[in-house]
Amino acid sequence: MLRIVTAVVARDLRLAMRRQADIVSALFFFIIVVSLFPLGIGPEPDLLRKLAPGVLWVAALLATMLSLPRLFADDHRDGTLEQLALAPHPLGLVVTGKVIAHWLVSGLPLAVLAPVLGLQFDLSTEALVVLTASILIGTPALSGIGGIGAALTLGLRGGGVLLSLLVLPLYIPVLIFGAGAVDATVSGLGGEAHLSLLAALTLAALGFAPWAAAAALRIALE
Amino acid sequence: MTDRFNIYRYAAPSAFYPLAGAMVPWFAAAAVLFGLAGLWLGMLVAPTDFQQGEGYRIIFIHVPASWMSMFIYLVMAFWAAIGLAFNTRLSGMMAQALAPTGALMAFLSLWTGALWGKPMWGTWWVWDARLTSELILLFLYIGYMALVAAIDDPRRADKAGGLLLLVGVVNIPIIYFSVKWWNTLHQGASVSLTKSPSMAATMLWGMLLMALCFWMYSIAVALIRVRTIMLERERNTDWVRETLEGDGK
Repeated sequence: MLRIVTAVVARDLRLAMRRQADIVSALFFFIIVVSLFPLGIGPEPDLLRKLAPGVLWVAALLATMLSLPRLFADDHRDGTLEQLALAPHPLGLVVTGKVIAHWLVSGLPLAVLAPVLGLQFDLSTEALVVLTASILIGTPALSGIGGIGAALTLGLRGGGVLLSLLVLPLYIPVLIFGAGAVDATVSGLGGEAHLSLLAALTLAALGFAPWAAAAALRIALE
Repeated sequence: MTDRFNIYRYAAPSAFYPLAGAMVPWFAAAAVLFGLAGLWLGMLVAPTDFQQGEGYRIIFIHVPASWMSMFIYLVMAFWAAIGLAFNTRLSGMMAQALAPTGALMAFLSLWTGALWGKPMWGTWWVWDARLTSELILLFLYIGYMALVAAIDDPRRADKAGGLLLLVGVVNIPIIYFSVKWWNTLHQGASVSLTKSPSMAATMLWGMLLMALCFWMYSIAVALIRVRTIMLERERNTDWVRETLEGDGK
């Protein structure tokens, strides 16, 4: 059972490594969006420190969503997806593998970049640690929930915009607890409660979302 | 179950179409009756609130609309579950027929809430937990309608939309509680909806009658809409041809 998941992860990672420009452009999107806010709002450190968690988290949501349409689209186009659906393994496990691979190339780099960008917003070391942890813990849920949206919009006209309509409302709890963890740390309340809830969301999303996405894929492939 | 009354027979659009047509006038009439009674009680009989003056009367629209917006989403999810489990054609059509009404109710509830909030709280909008989750509910309705509209194949649209509804209904409590906790942590403008004064009996009756009116209206409109959807989807079948010719059109 684990073998199929690791096989899909390895395959998707290899494919992603051959098209590194895609990964890099999503990362630069993240950096640019985050850097736009100080330009729009003004450089006062107090204000920026207050806005930083929200801005970084919203940018992370958008950056994750940017790469979602490709989660299944390429495999759908060349017929791989149908072969995977015909394989004897449960499709949910295949999707789990794809979601993990998606997180490794989209969520993980965001967590690596976030503390650097947090410095631009004058966050304290403690807040930077919590910010990194919250993005690390929260982004797998984004990949999981996003997988449902990507499967539902597979092969549709205007799939990208539609995907954001479907997925962004469902991302709200992750945004609230992710940014809330950093907020709570900055205000001295401690972010552990938020991080625990975030971890709960991620576990639930990784446990259930791939199966919902697999059902959506079967509908799309009919 | 006898042949004369078999509820499963009405899962077929050809059988449900005339039934829905027969039910529409009754529900429409009930909506008008309840609406007139509710408005009379709410606008003329119910006493003026000593704190809020006449402005509070907007709750006779606002509260039923909010209830309906939440309830309709649940009903849609119910139909979606039936449709996905038993593969019935009608379920998806019902969910689709209800969606615009649900979105309308969510919008009405937000709009009247803003109109009420301006004189009472001094602001059109606060990031209160209920307001925010109602807004998100509206987003969920719009997402569902956008998805269904984007899929050309009606069967796939039904199933994909149904799956989205089920995912949404699982997420609604999570979203509601996360927004609630977020709100209590951020409580800036301290506005509380929860400690409302005990209501006079006439106000309560007015509200219940208006809720019944909205209920009947939603059923009537959804039935009219589902009839249209049935005709459109099944336009190549014999029963549609016969029905339309029977109407003399």
